[in-house]
Amino acid sequence: MREAWAGPVEKGANAIRQGIEALPTPVFPQAVGYTFLGCYILLAVVTLTIALLRRRNPARGFNEIRLRVRSFWFIVILATLALGFARWFSIVCIAFISFVAFKEYLSLIPTRRADHRVLFWAYMAIPLQYLLAGSGWYGLFIIFIPVFWFLALPMRMVLIGETRGFLRAVGLLQFGLMTCVFSLSHMAYLLALPEAGNPQGGGVALLFYLVFLTQFNDVAQYVAGKLIGRRKVTPSVHPGKTAEGLLGGVAVTVALALLLAPWLTPLSLYDALGAGLLIGFGGFLGDIIITAIKRDLGVSEGDSLTVGHGGILGRVDSLTFTAPAFFHFVYFLHY
Amino acid sequence: MPPFLRALCRWAFLILVAWPICLVVLGMNVRHRNRLPRQGPAIVTPNHNSHLDTLAMLTLFPWRQIPKVRPVAAADYFLKTGLMGWFSLNFVGIIPIARKRGADQADPLAECYAALARGEILIIFPEGTRGEPERMQELKSGVAVLASKFPLVPVVPIFMYGLGRAMPRGAFVPVPFFVDVYVGQAMQWGQDSAGGDKKTFMASLETNMRILGEKHERPEFD
Repeated sequence: MREAWAGPVEKGANAIRQGIEALPTPVFPQAVGYTFLGCYILLAVVTLTIALLRRRNPARGFNEIRLRVRSFWFIVILATLALGFARWFSIVCIAFISFVAFKEYLSLIPTRRADHRVLFWAYMAIPLQYLLAGSGWYGLFIIFIPVFWFLALPMRMVLIGETRGFLRAVGLLQFGLMTCVFSLSHMAYLLALPEAGNPQGGGVALLFYLVFLTQFNDVAQYVAGKLIGRRKVTPSVHPGKTAEGLLGGVAVTVALALLLAPWLTPLSLYDALGAGLLIGFGGFLGDIIITAIKRDLGVSEGDSLTVGHGGILGRVDSLTFTAPAFFHFVYFLHY
Repeated sequence: MPPFLRALCRWAFLILVAWPICLVVLGMNVRHRNRLPRQGPAIVTPNHNSHLDTLAMLTLFPWRQIPKVRPVAAADYFLKTGLMGWFSLNFVGIIPIARKRGADQADPLAECYAALARGEILIIFPEGTRGEPERMQELKSGVAVLASKFPLVPVVPIFMYGLGRAMPRGAFVPVPFFVDVYVGQAMQWGQDSAGGDKKTFMASLETNMRILGEKHERPEFD
């Protein structure tokens, strides 16, 4: 009886072993792996520090900062999964972020009932754009939305024939597509860049450098603003932003950009300085541009319209600016 | 069809159709989910803008409850063809009602009474039809009839925004939009009919639904 089972069991075990061997090994290079490890250690240290502070001083809940830390745990874990599995999977994840951001944008802006099919066309740009990004067809990737979809959307719209509110509808749609899809898709194209351009770990390392610095810059500006912020820098758009917060955050970001550049990128010292400044100021601009749009639409920061689905536009606002800016900076210098 | 097989069909519809469309393609943003009835008998009354409304309503309930959650739908529309009728009855789990009283003078709500007596949760769109997307119409009084027969059954007003933008009447492909769902406080016949008047009950139901919808400023849609 036992012998009768031995064959199939061994077969099954072999199949499982082969399956595990066939699993894709993590696609990110060592440098990225270590930086991820650094992220986890940093988060663990911060979480422990907060726990200790809370024990010492139970009256203060540290609730805001705890929520922020918790969301960073989520982001880092999701980023590890998104980058660690396979190249195509990373690109699908970024495409999904684009999709949710564009959906949130459309939900906030006025739309015309007549444009139902035009909106469907606009959505179709997302898979096509990311397919182009993933395949590394640079020539078409870079003009697909600014040229082809720029022409296709008003064409579809005019064939429906509703002229009332035409310019506003087509303009709003184009801006959303450029911001949420075209800009963010530069992150995906970093992954399709030839490995040779960055001996430190290819496109993944560049993507990691970009996203890490952008997120870090957000936090650094926030913390610097809380600590030393006095002079309002954009009082009419975002009263919370201060000149000290901006400059302090940029200084920290530049320092980190210089520190990480030899580890993750092909950038020289001066190039890294430029990248740091670009990401520092670009992140700030992306942030206040989305804030200005939300104010224009009558959505206040932290409005409950975005409760529940977390407000993805607010999360990627800085990246809508830093992603294309950093991409073309690196592309011009090294590819 | 035996009950367990019908329950399987309903879960299949929930998991393969309602969840992917509402939770991934669209995205639901529910306020006061805790006001939803935990168990039947109960009636929930959302406004009606789109075919997707029923799917969205199904995603609000825990999956275990789904076999007992019954959308009430127009027989003349959903039972028009055999295949669609079979699908609507078994997979969506509709209770078909005649919008116009037939020649036999039977009570069109008879099946709803039976369902409430079995402890099921009814989804009734009191506007009766989808109408113009994102515009609420006058309510039909069927809910008041049910509430008067079952005075202890809670009636939960619900307002949804976004599904009419995602798939208005006449469209066949949904376009993704985030959906806002506001769940109101439960009403009861004894408290809200002011002495057994159906008109008063419907008026306060309509007010409650409108108030839910006016909580936030909406982008234009026309």
